[in-house]
Amino acid sequence: MSKLTPVLSAHWDQPDSFTIEAYTRNGGYTASKKALAMDPDAVIQMVKDSGLRGRGGAGFPTGMKWGFIPQGDDKDHYLVVNADESEPGTCKDTPLLMANPHVLIEGCIIACHAIRAKHAFIYIRGEVTHVVRRVNAAIADAYKAGHLGNGIELTLHIGAGAYICGEETALLDSLEGFRGQPRLRPPFPAIAGLYARPTVVNNVESISAVPAIINNGAEWYQSMGTEKSKGATLYSLSGHVNNPGQFEAPLGITLREILELAGGIRNGHKLKFWTPGGSSTPLFTDEHLDTPLDYEGVAAAGSMLGTKALQIFDETTCVVRAVLRWTEFYKHESCGKCTPCREGTWWLVQILRDLENGTGTEADLEKLLDLCDNIMGRSFCALGDGATSPITSSIKYFRDEYIAHVTNGACPFDPVKSTLFAGAVN
Amino acid sequence: MTLDRDLMQTIIKRYPRSRSAIMPLLHYVQSVSGYVTNDGIETISELLEIETAEVSAVATFYTQYKRKPVGEYHVGVCTNTLCAVMGGDAIFAALKDHLGVENDGVTADGKVSLEHIECNAACDYAPVVMANWEFYDNQTVESAKALVDGARAGNPPAPTRGPNRLVTYKEASAVLAGLDDGLAREGVQAGEATLLGLKLSKEGK
Amino acid sequence: MTTTQDSAVAVEMITVVIDGFEVSVPKGTLIIRAAEKLGIQIPRFCDHPLLDPVGACRQCLVDVEINGRAFPKPQASCTIPVEPNMIVKTQLTSPVADKAQKGVMELLLGNHPLDCPVCDKGGECPLQNQAMSNGRADARLDGYKRTFEKPINISSSVLLDRERCVLCARCTRFSAQIASDPFITLNERGALQQVGIYENDPFKSYFSGNTVQICPVGALTGASYRFRARPFDLVSTPSACEHCASGCDMRTDVRRGKTLRRLAGDDPSVNEEWNCDKGRWAFKYVTALDRLTHPLVRNSSGELVQASWPEALAAAAAGLKGKRAAVLTGGRVTTEDAYGYSKFARIALATNDIDYRARVTSDEERDFLAAYVAGSSTTYRDIDTADHVALIAFEPEEESPIVFLRLNKNFKKRGLKVSAVATKGSIAMDKLKADFIKVAPGAEASAVAGLALTAKSVILVGERASESAGLFSAVAALAAKTGAKIAYIPRRAGERGALEAGALGTVLPGGRPVVDAAARVDIAAAWGVDSLPATPGRTSSQIIDALASGDLDAVVVGGVDAHDLPHSHAVLDALKKSFVVSLEIAPSSVTAVADVVLPVAAITEKSGSFLNWEGRARAFDSAVADSHNRSDVRILSMLADALGNPISLGTVTSSAREFNQLGSWDGARVQFAPVAAGTAKSVSGNDALLSSWRRLLDMGTLQKGEDNLAGTRRPTVAVISTKRAESIGVTTGQQVRVSNAHGSITIPVLVEDIHEDAVWIPRNSFASQALVALDAVHGDVVTVVKA
Repeated sequence: MSKLTPVLSAHWDQPDSFTIEAYTRNGGYTASKKALAMDPDAVIQMVKDSGLRGRGGAGFPTGMKWGFIPQGDDKDHYLVVNADESEPGTCKDTPLLMANPHVLIEGCIIACHAIRAKHAFIYIRGEVTHVVRRVNAAIADAYKAGHLGNGIELTLHIGAGAYICGEETALLDSLEGFRGQPRLRPPFPAIAGLYARPTVVNNVESISAVPAIINNGAEWYQSMGTEKSKGATLYSLSGHVNNPGQFEAPLGITLREILELAGGIRNGHKLKFWTPGGSSTPLFTDEHLDTPLDYEGVAAAGSMLGTKALQIFDETTCVVRAVLRWTEFYKHESCGKCTPCREGTWWLVQILRDLENGTGTEADLEKLLDLCDNIMGRSFCALGDGATSPITSSIKYFRDEYIAHVTNGACPFDPVKSTLFAGAVN
Repeated sequence: MTLDRDLMQTIIKRYPRSRSAIMPLLHYVQSVSGYVTNDGIETISELLEIETAEVSAVATFYTQYKRKPVGEYHVGVCTNTLCAVMGGDAIFAALKDHLGVENDGVTADGKVSLEHIECNAACDYAPVVMANWEFYDNQTVESAKALVDGARAGNPPAPTRGPNRLVTYKEASAVLAGLDDGLAREGVQAGEATLLGLKLSKEGK
Repeated sequence: MTTTQDSAVAVEMITVVIDGFEVSVPKGTLIIRAAEKLGIQIPRFCDHPLLDPVGACRQCLVDVEINGRAFPKPQASCTIPVEPNMIVKTQLTSPVADKAQKGVMELLLGNHPLDCPVCDKGGECPLQNQAMSNGRADARLDGYKRTFEKPINISSSVLLDRERCVLCARCTRFSAQIASDPFITLNERGALQQVGIYENDPFKSYFSGNTVQICPVGALTGASYRFRARPFDLVSTPSACEHCASGCDMRTDVRRGKTLRRLAGDDPSVNEEWNCDKGRWAFKYVTALDRLTHPLVRNSSGELVQASWPEALAAAAAGLKGKRAAVLTGGRVTTEDAYGYSKFARIALATNDIDYRARVTSDEERDFLAAYVAGSSTTYRDIDTADHVALIAFEPEEESPIVFLRLNKNFKKRGLKVSAVATKGSIAMDKLKADFIKVAPGAEASAVAGLALTAKSVILVGERASESAGLFSAVAALAAKTGAKIAYIPRRAGERGALEAGALGTVLPGGRPVVDAAARVDIAAAWGVDSLPATPGRTSSQIIDALASGDLDAVVVGGVDAHDLPHSHAVLDALKKSFVVSLEIAPSSVTAVADVVLPVAAITEKSGSFLNWEGRARAFDSAVADSHNRSDVRILSMLADALGNPISLGTVTSSAREFNQLGSWDGARVQFAPVAAGTAKSVSGNDALLSSWRRLLDMGTLQKGEDNLAGTRRPTVAVISTKRAESIGVTTGQQVRVSNAHGSITIPVLVEDIHEDAVWIPRNSFASQALVALDAVHGDVVTVVKA
């Protein structure tokens, strides 16, 4: 039996999978019909029972989040879908929306019903023109078909290039027309979110998982996954592997199993390091090939499941170069609001650049770690924490490689060898 | 071209509160002018009844809003870690050399501008190049050069996962302003990598 | 009474332990401020007690534990309110908090230039100070620093040095939250984030100077103080603002006898910690080169020549002795000086002919002041608790900016409802989302009657109500009907004090009616004279008329500019034919026609007090210790001596003591005789009814020489309605000519929300001095055409 469980991806291979015709043909919009006939609280209970947890990185139970919305408060409620997929390595929501935007729309209808919201927003990153087209057209078709517009409005909001807007309160500020900088919490979005109204912010994949849960039942969903990490999810494999791609599998699968399916590390090379859930999650090495990729398993091994973005790097990759580039990313994407992240990333990049160039010193390593200690847990939001993860984890596993740069006075790696065009060694 | 205030009002009406429209309006300004002009900032400020400083504060926060003109085809090479390692750095270096521009530069004919970009959520297609924010997957130095050469000649190759032709920067900006260009049904539903897991499961693996 | 009510409200107190010490604070208090109560200073930059918490700079991190459960990481003490069973460990007791703070400080200093020796903030810099108290001893960030172009002008008054900025966002938050002027914002992102303006719109906020004051580094500096002094060379004196009736507490900083800057003082019940840019930056008139330094006496050939004090006093006494003389005091003198003028009129000149109102006035206003304002006690606190505030003939941002800030605070914090009866909308009305009751000039009184107020409402009525017949009467009737409180808010700082001091023809000090024999006896006894003149005195316009007709021979004028009065040419003609003693700080239209000019001290050179619109005393000491200039009251006392009718007020202190000892009057007030509601004149074609008021920053004499400040004035425009604009064929920005038989004003037009019958122009702005150029007041008919 296959280790894979395509649910979200089940019909992606139909050439018209993104159309309302295909979605309906494949049983779409039956779950929303069913859910709308249910008591909203029963929908919330069902999602709670399913064990579905947020797929955007934090893994917070989705049903519980919905349950936080105060009921009978006579206020407008809002659902906001976080489709600002920008965490390096993360590439699951984008193909999902390109291949089947209607599943998200149907999920929105169900979620709105559950939390008594009349208006939902999809905040999609702005750097994906064709995905925007597909989602926009799908929304228009859903309105035409009467799925939307009868008590539930859905607005597509398109970002403009800011990683920080993936942070839910920054996303809300951005959606309200401000600079996307995180808000002080409390109040939490469930109490005062969009326009200071009770708001649920969910990831694309989380909301998209809901129609199948409604149709197949909480028990069906629970039957997949591990004790505390229920259901199936999209694992995105990229990097130095023979066959990168999306793998929808029950939570708890291991990288070894996924690599087996993907034909392994590119020929002639071996695994050096990888991220379990994007660049903000501490690096793993080949020691972690059998770590169960669920929320608990990855955490127990010292990292985070995050977005299940499995970026694979083989032995041709210089870890210092990799980490420097990620750090440059955090510097570029720091929103500027708080001192540790804004100023810290400025200096981290400089020190790492010296180290990568071979002009650094061993003392720089200690300085780097101490700066990370002054950023981690001192920043306003998790971006600053994320910026330190690749640095501290890479020094933990590859201190010798850093030292080698210092001793060599230069980077000991040939960057050409790690490129795709350098090819696999036969 | 001038800004169509009626159209801008329809964008504003999408939202329960007008200020939320600032981002699509800025994309719209780019669809008319190719970048965020002062006229655009002042018009948005007037329509939303907020200060110009509040508009420029937003316009300068987001990378996609440009305060000076970009090319008709704006090419972004992903140089975030994974793409960079797998060839993005080489592609970016080659394109700079080939076009004779630096990062954020525009060719003298105004056709192509070049920018190194951050992760664009297509890592299973690395190395990735974006043109007017359309996907060009699994790029090589040669394919990227062919892309910019085609763009300069007025016949760029079609995106890997996108419509049948590469739209211009202004046309793409209109899409990002939420305006329908009728091209949603063009192009593949998914690339090979996207379908890999599904294919394997159907093969029983 | 208010105090009793306040203390009756039980405040829930919460006890927390900070660094081992217990402290009880009201619920809602932030940790950082609870620590202050214990004398524990947690370093901070973005935190400001009057701004919403933001938690951005991360300098104030402390360890927190609640009910035995510790937060896993240090928390920003500026964002977390105290809770029961909370234990806080600051840098003093927690090595983690100490390291966190040192780490943040290192990062703030990393990109900060080492230009303290040339930085205005050096010596009073929170970054400098806290780097010493909470920073590392050594520097280890030795890469390249962020650089920006050194200071850029964000307005003519404020410069921004982005390299020094620590991005605490106090300035941008002040502008958005307090002033509702978000003209400066954070721009760009990440390490390139920077404060800035939109390139075509400078930081023209009336409150911009506050951002300079609250900037915790030298990033924002004021153009007029930049590079002028070191803080440790300055001598600071608590002072009060002389520019309007808001009553701001201030601090005046002087070096070697010269005022170099003025700062907002901290008075929670009045201006909190803010002031307006006029109060902050208009002070050079004191040190202007044309200050009067010696007495002047007109000689036999008609020229004003320098004289000694004895000569001048003798000349003044000779001119006044036995003559029918009156007194005009402007609204700017201190309470002590006004009291001096009041006593001088009654004793030295034996007359009640005194009026402090150097502006457009009415008898209705005079009676309203005597009946409702003298001794009244509506305060800022009443605005804080009001359910509804009505603005009548009062534009708060232009005419009393701190009242505007208080209204705005209440609007922002609790959605205070504001209504405005006015001819034209205004920026402040937009900011306050005020209900705009649009009336034609002259028709205000009828509109006021319809306001739905309650006993918890406050009516803020401005001095311009005197320009619309029946308006004060309508306000009085509305207050009587609804129980709403009345607050009369004059523009000038000295008006309320002058009223209380009796510098008005119908009232003696303390609101005592002149016509009340018992009141006269009361004051006569205190003054040690047999009796006081019993006939109510003339108003300022009646005094001018009497001088013109020869019914009066002489006048003592203190701090009056003839151009503030209606029909200023007639005023000057009347003065020319009379004997005029002028007490002034600088040459003016009045000194030019005076027979004796007596130089007096300017505000920073003397002590004294003002009563702000609330009637609250705003006392100040002389900021310049060694000035030879003397306050008006001392000179009046000498003049009274020379006249042989001493008033015995040789010092400001004696004047204050005597005035305060008189106390208020508990007898019957002046009876208010209501005036019928006026109506607007009817106009057609290109005729329009004039409406105007003074802008905060304009051609006012106390703003003389302040070119930087002048650069942030609002533009001079004539405001007309869309309909009128279409009818005369103009659009915003084109020139119009506003004219009457007297003259004309040609300025750009602004098409805005205004009554269709009206045109609005600024009363005393560049190219638009309505009183002088048109000799027209509110409600007069003028013609508006395309120029």
